Amino acid sequence: MRDTGTKKHAALAEKFIEDREKADWHDGALWWIRQKRDISANSTPQWEELRDAASAIKLNVISNLHTYLLQFEANLKKNGVKVYWAANADEHNEIVYSILKAKNITEMVKSKSMLTEECNLNEFLEERGIGVVNSDLGEYIQQIDNEPPSHIVLPCIHKRKEEIGELFHTHLGTEKGLSDPTALTRVARKHLRNIFLTRRAALTGANFAVAETGEYVVCTNEGNADMGAHLSEVQICSMGLEKLVPEKKHLGVFLRLLARSATGQPITIYSSHYKKPRPGQEMHLILVDAGRSRLLGREDFRNSLKCIKCGACMNTCPVYRKGSGLSYHNTITGPIGAILAPNLDMAKHADLPFASTLCGSCSNVCPVKIDIHDQLYKWRQVIAKEGYVANSKALSMKAMAFTLSSPTAYKAAGKTGRWFLNYAPFAINNRLNPWYKQRDMPGGPKESFGEWYSKNEEKKAE
Amino acid sequence: MTVGLFIPCYVNQLYPNAAKATLQLLQKLGVDVVYPIKQTCCGQPMANSGFEHLSQGCNELFVENFTGFDYIVGPSASCVLHIKEHLHSDTAPEEATTIRESIYELVEFLTDILKVDKLNASFPHKVGVHQSCHGLRGLHLAKMSELVGEPFSKPEKLLNMVQGLELVTLDRKDECCGFGGTFCVAEEAVSVKMGKDRVIDHTKNGAEYITSPDLSCLMHLEGILHRDKSKIKIIHIAEILNASI
Repeated sequence: MRDTGTKKHAALAEKFIEDREKADWHDGALWWIRQKRDISANSTPQWEELRDAASAIKLNVISNLHTYLLQFEANLKKNGVKVYWAANADEHNEIVYSILKAKNITEMVKSKSMLTEECNLNEFLEERGIGVVNSDLGEYIQQIDNEPPSHIVLPCIHKRKEEIGELFHTHLGTEKGLSDPTALTRVARKHLRNIFLTRRAALTGANFAVAETGEYVVCTNEGNADMGAHLSEVQICSMGLEKLVPEKKHLGVFLRLLARSATGQPITIYSSHYKKPRPGQEMHLILVDAGRSRLLGREDFRNSLKCIKCGACMNTCPVYRKGSGLSYHNTITGPIGAILAPNLDMAKHADLPFASTLCGSCSNVCPVKIDIHDQLYKWRQVIAKEGYVANSKALSMKAMAFTLSSPTAYKAAGKTGRWFLNYAPFAINNRLNPWYKQRDMPGGPKESFGEWYSKNEEKKAE
Repeated sequence: MTVGLFIPCYVNQLYPNAAKATLQLLQKLGVDVVYPIKQTCCGQPMANSGFEHLSQGCNELFVENFTGFDYIVGPSASCVLHIKEHLHSDTAPEEATTIRESIYELVEFLTDILKVDKLNASFPHKVGVHQSCHGLRGLHLAKMSELVGEPFSKPEKLLNMVQGLELVTLDRKDECCGFGGTFCVAEEAVSVKMGKDRVIDHTKNGAEYITSPDLSCLMHLEGILHRDKSKIKIIHIAEILNASI
């Protein structure tokens, strides 16, 4: 097996589950959000038709990306926005740096952008003397704790309020033991207010970008993107190539689905459209590829570019709920992260498509109908063929395939349940097998069904 | 009507009673059943682990064993779904297609093909239904909680025909048990946590038995119940539907 050098999902998840009370709380909190999503979906007329429409619109976008991107670029320019193309994370980071450097800006405020997390922008800029503050509350908390977000919509859902109180006590000087969410939010708000007022540059992501008009839409509940953007003299938007919708009217489909799928809200508190710079302001937009065009070229996996980053697949995934987002060791976590990550670095993320039972709940909640669990299955095939699974597993699979392909070998392998208990990877009866750590295995009956059938039914027929 | 009885490898070896119940139930309902004695496995253990390319031997053998029946019926949603979605043959592609189109999981065969509307069965117990994910989201045996639509449940429809049986209402009616094939050992901690949480749901709501159209889920849950010395038992749905008065 090729060594991947990262701690695996299974080990990280096991660590999270060790604190059973916290793991139960995490599972319950996300299940509650899943239930809110269900209520919302059930009270929205034609919910399933909306999902069909959203999926079809996105299919159109990824099938005609080239045309829409050029249309979008032309309209951005018409609106007075400066446009950049970045092939990868490094190019993206250099572009942001050059924009800030040209204006002698050393501090920037950033609203939520998974793309810049993916690009490690904060670290890149900090190494060059530029400070970045994440202004989304959850991301702000994660930044203080020097930890990546665990969830794309709820960045610190794996932390309990007491842990956040402790962080605020250490870093923001709040009273020890303070864990009231409202009180803590007030403290963060005061700190952030000062940041908004003093930063000359603000960077946001984009939830949607409209090719027809050259505008982009940012959805937040906290208004932090707006505070940053409206007070800045330099506004930067970093967006992935796939964020386009063809026309403004299509937003009616996506804005109806996004927040309902994410949290069960009818719509985010703010859905802000940005189109033109204010007088005296500069607007820059960076279109980032970073593996997206490669994904578009992978036929079995290209539908994952439809993702609108609502996080519904995370909230519904039992593996995610039990094991938490950070166990996925990737910027985008959960089921969607597990199908996006191998496209970026197959060696590093070879374990992720296996961190699923293939239960299929993710595909059912997906507002753009990405075939997530089918893609997990398909990634497993690619990863095994490329040699990124353990040799021991490959060997046991070969032995199994040999026995199961031949009725004679199968029969010879042992009578009455012995074959299964000796060969199936999860049933092998020794104490080193993880099955037996917390579970028993049925002992195996006196005779198999096949043996019973030959004795009884076949005789009957004679 | 002749039905080829498909008994998955682990059911054959570990749960012969479920297989016998399937056979007897079908016979009671007037179906001619033949069990091709040379069958082994559907190939799913390899395929789900990323080794579908090693399962061609299983595929060819399956086609050899199950060609020529009106229907193929198996008491395992997961294995049936695997055949439906992945069976292919280089030597007999048409036969493979026919098999994919004529294979049924036991419950759906009873409700959709035989259109069973009464059963001569009795099982005076409180029963919790574990929806196997492959049965639910793959074969659509019941309405999935994520989708908007009219509620229905083929397993519950049949269980409601059994005298004395009381279905318990679960808090999370279609949450995965965490078995997931080799997932159950590769991700032992998460797998067991998921299984334990399902057991808690059934226990809390008063189930004496947990039943399912899939024994792989039940094998995993049984392992947890047994280790925890729980009084709750697992039972395949065929055994309940075949439980005589």
